[in-house]
Amino acid sequence: MDRPQKMVCRNVWKLYGPDAKRFLEQHPDPAPETLRDAGMIGAVQAANVEILEGEIFVIMGLSGSGKSTLVRCLSRLVEPTGGEIAFDGEDLLAMSERDLIALRRKKIGMVFQNFALLPHLTVLQNVAFPLDVQGMARREREARAQEMIETVGLKGREDYFPRQLSGGQQQRVGIARSLVVEPEIWFLDEPFSALDPLIRREMQDEFLRLQGLLHKTIVFITHDFDEAIRLADRIAVMKDGRIVQTATPEELVMTPATDYVAEFTKHIPRGKVLSLRSVMSPGAGDGPYAGDLRASDRVADVADRIEAADRPHRVLDEDDTPIGTVDARAVIDVLIGRNRA
Amino acid sequence: MIWRRLIRPGALFWWALLAATWALSTWSFQLYKAFDARWIIRFPSGWKLPMESWISDAMKWLLEDATFGLFTFRELTRFVSAVIEAPYDLVRAALADGFMQGQGSYAVEIAPPLSWIAVIAIMAILGRVARDWRLAALTGACFLYLAVFGQWDSAMVTLASVMIAVPIGVLGGLLLGIASFRWPWVERALRPLLDLMQTVPVFAYLVPVLFLFGFGPVAALVATVVYAMPPMVRVATVALQSVPEEVVEAGKMAGCTRRQMMWKVLIPSAAPTLMVGVNQVIMLTLNMVIIASMIGAGGLGFDVLSALRRLDIGGGIEAGLAIVVMAIALDRVSQAFSTRLPSKVAGQDVNFVRRHPWFATAFAIIALTYIAGLFLPPVQSYPEAATLTTSAFWEDAMRWINVNFYDTLEAIKDVFLTTLLLPVKRFFTGIPWAWGLIAVSLAAGRIGGWRLGLLALLLTGFIIVNGLWAKAMITVYLVGVSVLIAYAIGVPLGIWAGQNARAHKWVGAFIDTLQTLPSFVYLIPVVMLFRVGDFSAMIAVILYALAPAVRYAAHGIRSIEPQMIEAGLVSGCTRRQILWRIKLPLAAPSLLLGLNQTIMLAISMLVITALVGTRDLGQEVYIALTKANTGQGIVAGLSVAFIAIIADRCVSAMARQSRERLGLQ
Repeated sequence: MDRPQKMVCRNVWKLYGPDAKRFLEQHPDPAPETLRDAGMIGAVQAANVEILEGEIFVIMGLSGSGKSTLVRCLSRLVEPTGGEIAFDGEDLLAMSERDLIALRRKKIGMVFQNFALLPHLTVLQNVAFPLDVQGMARREREARAQEMIETVGLKGREDYFPRQLSGGQQQRVGIARSLVVEPEIWFLDEPFSALDPLIRREMQDEFLRLQGLLHKTIVFITHDFDEAIRLADRIAVMKDGRIVQTATPEELVMTPATDYVAEFTKHIPRGKVLSLRSVMSPGAGDGPYAGDLRASDRVADVADRIEAADRPHRVLDEDDTPIGTVDARAVIDVLIGRNRA
Repeated sequence: MIWRRLIRPGALFWWALLAATWALSTWSFQLYKAFDARWIIRFPSGWKLPMESWISDAMKWLLEDATFGLFTFRELTRFVSAVIEAPYDLVRAALADGFMQGQGSYAVEIAPPLSWIAVIAIMAILGRVARDWRLAALTGACFLYLAVFGQWDSAMVTLASVMIAVPIGVLGGLLLGIASFRWPWVERALRPLLDLMQTVPVFAYLVPVLFLFGFGPVAALVATVVYAMPPMVRVATVALQSVPEEVVEAGKMAGCTRRQMMWKVLIPSAAPTLMVGVNQVIMLTLNMVIIASMIGAGGLGFDVLSALRRLDIGGGIEAGLAIVVMAIALDRVSQAFSTRLPSKVAGQDVNFVRRHPWFATAFAIIALTYIAGLFLPPVQSYPEAATLTTSAFWEDAMRWINVNFYDTLEAIKDVFLTTLLLPVKRFFTGIPWAWGLIAVSLAAGRIGGWRLGLLALLLTGFIIVNGLWAKAMITVYLVGVSVLIAYAIGVPLGIWAGQNARAHKWVGAFIDTLQTLPSFVYLIPVVMLFRVGDFSAMIAVILYALAPAVRYAAHGIRSIEPQMIEAGLVSGCTRRQILWRIKLPLAAPSLLLGLNQTIMLAISMLVITALVGTRDLGQEVYIALTKANTGQGIVAGLSVAFIAIIADRCVSAMARQSRERLGLQ
């Protein structure tokens, strides 16, 4: 992908413990044992992340893996112990409080796991809150908030208080609030984890719909690998404070970097993740073909066609150049998870 | 089960300590004779520290010579007086006295105070705004009572004090709470101070305040604010700290500045909890305004106090009931505000009257009653002829009780005195001071480790070197007996309420009312029935200290996880077994916390019972108050506080251990 970088973080550390800053200066790259002996907790260790403009970047990890701390480092809600974070090429960690406030007011939005709505404000006032803080006049901010409320499908509930809404509705308010300033980067910290599975699914669809509309740069935190696969352009898998692998969902499934990652990918419906590019037999075959398919097509989407044909299909890349062939057997292998040696 | 625990090796320590103390207590006099050593039973006066006069001298220096460079201490106190006095005079004029021009007997009234109808209407509107028409009816009826039963003028003076002290207490408490939320060192510095302030008996506040500000309403207000503010500081700190981290982060991500964060995010989010603090400030203020009538607060408290001094039964009960009625009204309204949910306010585009209908109504009623009052005197002030007095009724009722039940009451009193009070008193007062010091330190050390032991040693030592050992033991004995009885009544009540929803409702309402009453009020019926003395004091203390025993027991029982009880049921426990084997052990930490609170309340009430003639540390403080002897008052007050602190630390340590045993921490 050749999109520009929106946010880059290099070798970011967050240690909790006595005199953490000095400790990190003395031990630039401490091993887990060194940390433990010094009584330090390494919430985030040597994290390198590049977030590209317009992509959905998912950070996935189980509880205690440091994913929430990492996203708080990126938004500077938590002060990293060491490392560099650049936002649009600007050094985020060197910013003064005033600059940081200005940055958050205009360019960053964030959604929280437990919604974090202000209990004393109505839906409309909650959504308008970031604009209120900026000192925008009432009429204008409420008009903009109203627009946002309609976008997230809460029209008619402007005057409700958070306690009068269901969890899913509350999170819609949280989403509207985070988007009302039209941020350039959008952080979502486990936004759907507190919701019931069915509502969660619905909210994921809603989220994808919004992103189709708005094309934000997104950092999405989740502990749910299915959710990550479903939403992500790229995924960073975290374990014990370290990023184990950063890759597209397909790469994760095809070439997991460690057993830990492989354990997650094992139970994933592979047909929905893998494209024909990963399952085809490379090289132009000798025909004849049942038809042409794109290399980027997901296996599950074209499985019926491939299966129904008695001949293999030809696979074309973006330039309509044939790059391989795919037959029913290859599709079945993928769908039932069989490995051909 | 239990008896086996009592003879475990660990329990031997306690048996030995008790036996040694009992032996020394019983034979201390013989020991003194045998060794001809008077110091055994009496702390030698030559060893006494002149701490009282040091403190008195220091206060005198503060008042006469101390200067902060730009201004002297005296100027500071005068400044504080002026700042408080101006708004107080204003409010008092509006509620009770009317606005005057000129001095003394030449004064001309330029505007009368608010009409009684207006005040009642305002209170009812407050009730409506806080909750509903039912509350409005209650508060309105409470204030109507004050008018009908002729307590109006005194009640308005008291209300004026409350209206000045509460905003100062709330605002000051909030600011200190914000400070200790924002800077941890402020909290660290304030915490021991607040601990001490909550355990120092109320009278002890009055002494230095009286010395610094003189007799009068301002001194009373200063003492009231000092007394009522600490809980607000605590509540505000905790309320701000318990705003969810995510909400704070949401505020940060919205780009709040620090000030916006505090006033737009933290304080509104914490508002319901903060209102609980406001409720506490109001109730403590009312309590203290009544007590502070001793240093010139006037109002209902003064009526009660003078009735107590004259043994005017009817008048005392009337004024006492008026206090009760006012306390209930203020408590319910402020509580309703704390549970009130935010609701839709009409937008900016409608006019002022539409946006604030209740405010407009109140204003209209004030204006109407003012104009009507100019022509119709009964509108301005409640017609004297229509007041009812219950004084004679109460006199008669008391006389009837005394005529018919005198012997019964005396018999009850005698039984308690001879079988419980006197033996316990003899035991405690007999303990030689030297052994007392050792025993208290050993016990505290055994419970909470050597640090606690050392603390107990130092605090007990302070009491002894000031020559207050004997009086302290009387305090301990009265508190001990009262707490024992209060606990024995309160815990079963609480257990019952904890297991039975309907009982919970009724007992809860009863306890709530009991806790609303200013401590002063408890003295009235007790003195009427049992006259002065230790027994009366004990009854008053029990009534006052009952609430936490009930409340914590009920809470402990109710907060047991239902699964635990279900596990017991499927194991085939009988109801009795469930109570003894499951509920009580699991509720133990809660029961201990209740014990702690019971002791604290008992100590604070005991000091007030000095008015009905106990001979303990409370009496010492009271005497200091009447002589305006700051040194004596502060030393005795601190001694009471130290007893409270030792008890608090020991019981808290026990509660902590029991929580740890149950794996709750």
